[in-house]
Amino acid sequence: MTSLAPRSDFPIFATHPGLRYLDSAATSQKPRAVLDAIRSYYGEDNANPHRGAYELSVRATERYHGARERIARFCGVADADCIIFTRGTTEAINLVASAWGRANIGVGDEVIVTGMEHHANFVPWQQIAFEQGARFRICELTSDGRIDLDELRAMLGRHTRVVAFNHVSNALGTINPVREIAELVRERSDALIVCDGAQGAPHLPVDFDSLGVDFYAFSGHKMCGPMGIGALIGRRGTLESMPPYQTGGDMIEFVLDYRTTWNVLPHKFEAGTPNVGGAVGLAAAADYLDSLGMGAVRAHELKLVEMASGALGDLEGVHIYGPPPADRSGAISFTFGDIHPHDLATILDGNGVCIRAGHHCAQPLMRRLGVAATARASFYIYNDESDIEALLGALKHARELFGHAGV
Amino acid sequence: MPESDSRGTPLATLYQEMILDHYRRPRNKATLPDADVTVERTNPLCGDLIELSLAFDGDHVRAAVWRGQGCSISSASASMMTQAIIGGTCSQARSVAARFGEMLSGDRDAAVDEALGDLRALSGVARYPMRIKCALLPWSALEEGMGRKEG
Repeated sequence: MTSLAPRSDFPIFATHPGLRYLDSAATSQKPRAVLDAIRSYYGEDNANPHRGAYELSVRATERYHGARERIARFCGVADADCIIFTRGTTEAINLVASAWGRANIGVGDEVIVTGMEHHANFVPWQQIAFEQGARFRICELTSDGRIDLDELRAMLGRHTRVVAFNHVSNALGTINPVREIAELVRERSDALIVCDGAQGAPHLPVDFDSLGVDFYAFSGHKMCGPMGIGALIGRRGTLESMPPYQTGGDMIEFVLDYRTTWNVLPHKFEAGTPNVGGAVGLAAAADYLDSLGMGAVRAHELKLVEMASGALGDLEGVHIYGPPPADRSGAISFTFGDIHPHDLATILDGNGVCIRAGHHCAQPLMRRLGVAATARASFYIYNDESDIEALLGALKHARELFGHAGV
Repeated sequence: MPESDSRGTPLATLYQEMILDHYRRPRNKATLPDADVTVERTNPLCGDLIELSLAFDGDHVRAAVWRGQGCSISSASASMMTQAIIGGTCSQARSVAARFGEMLSGDRDAAVDEALGDLRALSGVARYPMRIKCALLPWSALEEGMGRKEG
């Protein structure tokens, strides 16, 4: 099978012809269209938006506004003002935990996360719960790496104030049934539902308005966009009721000597000069992905993951973590005999294959799996069968170097 | 399979038999109930962890043991480090540590310095910037441990 997107669309593969890039769950490569969009913004329309009375500033404002509308379409959001641009998922979740959490979480409340969260959707909740005197609870996982919905059901109740979970686990690849979880939470509590979509938006069709969650966060750089831009999607009523996250320029309406009033959405949550170039790049990434079709992206990754897990499973000593291919996104976490994941990553790198090794910013999950680290190969639109062959060849090389894989 | 990696460095230079031997049969990997100092060090990037315990007899390192979890580089480094410092004086341990650091910074003289003994097997790590931290993890615990003894 071939890649879904032509590799020639991605300049990095021309710079590094032998590159086998299997770390897209960490960050994706960027198509030329995205790089061109950023260059065109800075080369043709750059000025500080929302401020100047001159035409160039108006154009910058329009590009920024247009990017927001493009992202709204990409994510199935009818009200584009409910898209808040952030630096990425981490900042988006911190925004909710801090702004909503300080105003709404109190003593006796419970904040629930799951055992598979990335630190970005774990630590902000752990900390805000601690600060507000609330109870921090962790919903455990099933043995095949899914959220244990029976346990979640039993945890939910009138004290539940927040339920935060990811759309797709960055370390296991597990695709969580977001709608089902949201319905369960609504049935049994009045909790705020926050979904970490960092690994969702790049790989699966996302229709926010029908997901049933209150907030959805994602990062641009994992979906072909530039680093330093991402978004928080919320509901108008919730966003309007929240105090601001950061204060400063752009987010104000009037600054009186001893009092300030806030700007309307989305500006209220976007203090300071915005990352217009990033937003424009992200909009171009949405164009690019939509031209492939998010359904096709998902189907392509499923094929690769099925192929790769079959091949890896045939290699003696490989242990794969997480659910079967049909329920996982384009990431496979594994260990190989007694070869430490870091050694594997070094040897694979020596063979031109880039994978991630470590705790994947999910130390609570690693403890639950009973390992300090795993190796993770993750696939995206520019990967094809030859990348899987290269991965297998490199793993066999690692086994040769280590004499045996200790199996 | 390619003989050398993209840097032109043979991976076999990094993963020498001696390193794999220390990884699979670690020396002095134990606990030390009568330790004078015990230091824990982690590498937050990868989650590797080492606990080093030292016991002193005057100015001599009477015992040095370690435990923890890590890659072949950090494990072999810890295993060889304890062998290199047991029975010697603290000042000898310090000078080995300094020389080892020089070797990992790419000092070619250090890489053939007999004073480093088996530790020279780790000289290949200098070519892998991302792995130098692995090799230095136990040594950073040693530095802290000896500092505490004096403090």
